[in-house]
Amino acid sequence: MALLNRLARGLRRNLVVIAGLATLAFLMLPNVVVTVFSFNKPNGRFNYQWQHFSTDAWTHPCGVADLCGSLSLSLWIALWATVGATLLGTAIAFALARYRFRARSSAGTLVFLPMAMPEVVMAASLATLFLNMGVSFGFWTILIAHITFCLSFVVTAVKARVMSMDPRLEQAAQDLYATPWQTFRKVTLPIAAPGIVAGALLSFALSFDDFIITNFNAGSTVTFPMYVWGSAQRGTPVQINVIGTAMFAIAVLCVLVGQLVGRRPRRS
Amino acid sequence: MTTTATDHPPAPPADGALHKAVLRRKRVPYWLLLPGVLWLLVFFAAPLVYQASTSVQTGSLEEGFKVTWHFATYWNALTEYYPQFLRSVAYSATATALCLLLGYPLAYLIAFRAGRWRHVLMVLVIAPFFTSFLIRTLAWKTILSDGGPVVRALDALHVLAVTDALGVTEGHRVLATPLAVVCGLTYNFLPFMILPLYTSLERIDSRLHEAAGDLYARPLTTFRKVTLPLSMPGVVAGTLLTFIPATGDYINAELLGSTDQKMIGNVIQSQFLRVLDYPTAAALSFLLMAVILAMVTVYIRKSGTEELV
Repeated sequence: MALLNRLARGLRRNLVVIAGLATLAFLMLPNVVVTVFSFNKPNGRFNYQWQHFSTDAWTHPCGVADLCGSLSLSLWIALWATVGATLLGTAIAFALARYRFRARSSAGTLVFLPMAMPEVVMAASLATLFLNMGVSFGFWTILIAHITFCLSFVVTAVKARVMSMDPRLEQAAQDLYATPWQTFRKVTLPIAAPGIVAGALLSFALSFDDFIITNFNAGSTVTFPMYVWGSAQRGTPVQINVIGTAMFAIAVLCVLVGQLVGRRPRRS
Repeated sequence: MTTTATDHPPAPPADGALHKAVLRRKRVPYWLLLPGVLWLLVFFAAPLVYQASTSVQTGSLEEGFKVTWHFATYWNALTEYYPQFLRSVAYSATATALCLLLGYPLAYLIAFRAGRWRHVLMVLVIAPFFTSFLIRTLAWKTILSDGGPVVRALDALHVLAVTDALGVTEGHRVLATPLAVVCGLTYNFLPFMILPLYTSLERIDSRLHEAAGDLYARPLTTFRKVTLPLSMPGVVAGTLLTFIPATGDYINAELLGSTDQKMIGNVIQSQFLRVLDYPTAAALSFLLMAVILAMVTVYIRKSGTEELV
């Protein structure tokens, strides 16, 4: 009885921990399944049921037609969307965070709206514009769409960082006779850098993984998410799981390396 | 004594030069804004105007569409697709509630109880993002498959009998039922709930908890009177970040549901990309925005947080 009581008390005290870990398991479960099924050898066209172990897909990751082409297209679009959104977004963020001017609140609303709108609405309206203009759908329409929805996220990330920055640091630089450009390059930019990097990473991830907006604006161009979507109808090759698992592993590795590198200067 | 910065002001420029410098400085924000705002005006605002005009056009693909101020499209769209509207709101609201229920303990755990595991847990929450969400949603097809371990366990525990009676599952299976779609929505938008919750919980001074304890508050009271009120901005931001995209989502309904679980996003997608009925798709988009805007406005008023932008 005493043991049971102690167990019950321990359970109650750690209820939050147990519930939290359960949620974490719920979040991780699909990734585990994706990884396990990357070693599957399915019988039919669909990779939904476990048959037997095989490393075929890992040794031939590009063994299915068009898969790796769509992957490199997605990476390429994500890269340029990141560059475009980061440049445009950082400039807006600086204007909104550092200056008081008449159009400030309307500009802020214009930036906020794309994030507050369901993706499908934005996707359909942009496609309507392209249709009306007679633009042919493809690489450029996808890139434009991606820059448009990534931009607001960059602004949010950079703005938060610049707002929390001590304005006296810049004043001090100017008091020490730094020109405005020197102040920006030597003081403002280094402090804002983490926000800019965060915005850029977010853009890359959002663009690479976007399906809804791409689906409306891609025409017959096939990005990686479009390929996966199509395969849900035609039959899912195991290679999809291989790529999903590899991206996951690379990302986790990058974060770990980043943490180790980031920690070093503090030690010395 | 330390010299303050104001002791050495830069040599004052001549009056005209100062005026010019002030003017130039005043123009700086506009130059910074110009490219990005132009981009948003052309590729975000203008499309919405185009879509508004499309929604009141009539015509056909062969003869072209003309603006005829045909507002009946809205009424027709609403009467024909109101079940999908209701379903979208119901699924999305349920998923948002589930996200809050599941996400809060994890955010709390990371913020207060994780210690040096905090970073690892944070990475684990974000890491799934790096596997395409379509692949992860397809994985739910495996997890919830008929005769799979999850469905068999739920069946053995008579959970499916209860959910069948409630009408959220059908014929002892989970796939292609409302339960599967809501489960997919909950899963896909959970991180959007956890991150803002964590940010607001992490800001809470842990000495407030000690103070509450010192004043003889029991843990539950401390949570109710201190932690929960202070985390409200995170709750509001999280519910909005979950509810808005979930209402317009059509991926989960398409991959995990059947034709009886189609949401409004599915209708817009098929009207636009398959039926090529652009006016109806445009009208539905604006109706969806109106529904979301109305619900969000009421919600923000009720929760009393208006500083989100």
